[in-house]
Amino acid sequence: MSVHGNGLDNIETKVLRGERLSFADGVRLFRQANPLQLSSWANLIRRRLHPDDMVTYVIGRNINYTNVCWVQCKFCSFYRLPGAEGAYVLPREEVFRKIEELRELGGTEILIQGGLNPGLKVDYFEELFRATKARFPIHIHGLSPAEIIYLAKISNLSERECLVRLKAAGLDSIPGAGAEMLVDEVRDQIAPHKDSAAAWLDLMRTAHQLGIPSTVTMMYGSVETVEQRVEHLIKVRDLQDETGGFRAFIPWSFQPEGTHLPNVKRASGFDYLRTVAISRLMLDNIRNIQASWLTQGPKIGQIALQYGVNDMGSTVIEENVVTAKGAVFMVPLHEIERLVRDAGFHPARRNTKYEILAVA
Amino acid sequence: MKSVLGQIREAGLERVHAKLQDGRRLTFDDGMRLYQTPDLTAVGYLANLSRERRSGARTYFVRNLHVNYTNICNKLCKFCSFYAAPNSAEGRGYVLSPEDAATRVAQYGGEPIREIHMVAGINPKLPYQYYLDLLRAVKAARPDAQIKAFTMIELAQIARVAKRPLAEILPELKAAGLVACPGGGAEVFSDRVHEELFRAKLDNQGWFDVARAVHAAGIPTNATLLYGHIETQEEKVRHLIHIRELQDETGGFMCFVPLAFDPSQTELSHLPPTTGYANLREIAIARLLLDNFPHVKAFWIMITPAVAQMALWYGADDIDGTVSHYEITHALGTTSHRQVLGTAELLDLITEVGREPVERDALYTPIVSPEPASPALTARAGWA
Repeated sequence: MSVHGNGLDNIETKVLRGERLSFADGVRLFRQANPLQLSSWANLIRRRLHPDDMVTYVIGRNINYTNVCWVQCKFCSFYRLPGAEGAYVLPREEVFRKIEELRELGGTEILIQGGLNPGLKVDYFEELFRATKARFPIHIHGLSPAEIIYLAKISNLSERECLVRLKAAGLDSIPGAGAEMLVDEVRDQIAPHKDSAAAWLDLMRTAHQLGIPSTVTMMYGSVETVEQRVEHLIKVRDLQDETGGFRAFIPWSFQPEGTHLPNVKRASGFDYLRTVAISRLMLDNIRNIQASWLTQGPKIGQIALQYGVNDMGSTVIEENVVTAKGAVFMVPLHEIERLVRDAGFHPARRNTKYEILAVA
Repeated sequence: MKSVLGQIREAGLERVHAKLQDGRRLTFDDGMRLYQTPDLTAVGYLANLSRERRSGARTYFVRNLHVNYTNICNKLCKFCSFYAAPNSAEGRGYVLSPEDAATRVAQYGGEPIREIHMVAGINPKLPYQYYLDLLRAVKAARPDAQIKAFTMIELAQIARVAKRPLAEILPELKAAGLVACPGGGAEVFSDRVHEELFRAKLDNQGWFDVARAVHAAGIPTNATLLYGHIETQEEKVRHLIHIRELQDETGGFMCFVPLAFDPSQTELSHLPPTTGYANLREIAIARLLLDNFPHVKAFWIMITPAVAQMALWYGADDIDGTVSHYEITHALGTTSHRQVLGTAELLDLITEVGREPVERDALYTPIVSPEPASPALTARAGWA
């Protein structure tokens, strides 16, 4: 791996011409590309998509309405089994209080996520969303595919029917969580009770068809191979070709601490940066790549701006799922703006639709 | 790599690129241009050209041990959270006797340590004999390790208490076991910053005079730049050019180490910490301006292991070492605040990013046959 002649000229030509990269290209980038190549090429693509040099963020808040979940993913330290000590469902007043606090801080988005709680059926969410919308002009970004698939099942609805009802009640968009690796060999190892890759993608397809956009994540650095990472990227790209419903891609690294896979070594900063860059290069039909401050910290999070990232995501007020694992970096808004400016970009506040609200 | 040429052009760095290719020296204006461009990739690419020309893929590391023999210091620098003032009522001042230091070093007897890094405060109570005894005791405890000790500030103090010229005492220190000197205490060569932050410390001219004497005595040293406080870009470029001139004169510098200032627990705690961009940029610009320095170091304790790993593509060819028992500052932005890296972890950081680890001693002599990198991580990352 050197700056000179490592046989990636062909890929560079495609990048310069704006041509689509293949599965084999993606694997070669993971295996052979050096950091400067990845940075240079990802930068090129980011600037083509975002020539204004703006780096956006949204003021939002996670509301983890319940931690009750029966799935028992090996990488999760947030969940409690039904009836277990510490299991909770947030009272509605608590949810409203959290939204009020967020509104006072100028927030525009709530991210409503929880576990697969057998006690909560579709009417619970319809009532919650209607009551929320009646009180607050707030964007409801909520319920990951796993939650919706489960919700449809226990409510005796098809996924489509369930999504139609949730949308009518106020659901605006869906977070791309739980994608993990969209490769069943990996899912079987790290989350054997979770839905298949096809089920996750089908749910997103239906949502997009109904006019409910979403984001999409990738959790790398557990037990997957490089080929499986690229397979994930290609599956996401294919669905995006079909629906156009993904607003942003968010790669984040598996956090081994406190999980049932403690022997997996924590992925390095370099692994994050190359994964971000290769995502930017492969996903030519997704406009935004979001940084993961929570898992990478401010230094690597900032350097990621040279590796294809154009969005800082939500300035999260609380994130119980990651915090429970102990690996959390809280980065206040003014610090995010400082880091963006220090890197030569203009920080800008956006809404969930990625419309600019204010250039800071 | 065609893509970067456009980025170099847009960043206004074509002249720097041309000079690099012709082996011409960069000027003050070139240095300023490098600080002012936001395109870190272009700057990193140029720095990496310079790095690979000297060291190829080689990345030096050392199994080292730090001994801070006293924290008592009368310099009261505003950027320091380590010192205890002499006679301070807090009672947290300490001095390691030569025997204490030898015991500390002996605790690591089972580890193949190659370098013992000893620096400390300026403690006016310590006599000349203490420093000789300290070197001899540590040397006796670990005869197989090389002692890199005493910044220029400490050496000026040692000469003061010895009441003899440096040129006379340096051979004695050398005979007692001193092999090389670290580069700390240079801070920023600016009278303004000196007056503002470390006025009691040896002044800039004094630092140069000591470094000259040390190099003349055949003792190589490092040099540093403390950045991320109140210094300006102009002051940093001038600092680098001063150091480059001294190196032209003496040839006694081995490695340049940009030191990231950590404001927490200092009198400057209102300042924000250094950014990842700044960490990489300082390393890259040092590599580009200091064309007569063999090595540039990414000191992972100050910039986090993650940034140090990336720095191996932004100009650094040295990642310091395992750093047992470090006490002076703490790394920001790490989750664990761990102050020690195992050799296997260090090797993983180097090889994962496609660099070739070379274990060194204090004088950059390669140690043959370092342990092979652990196969686990390279296999998982799928690196070819």
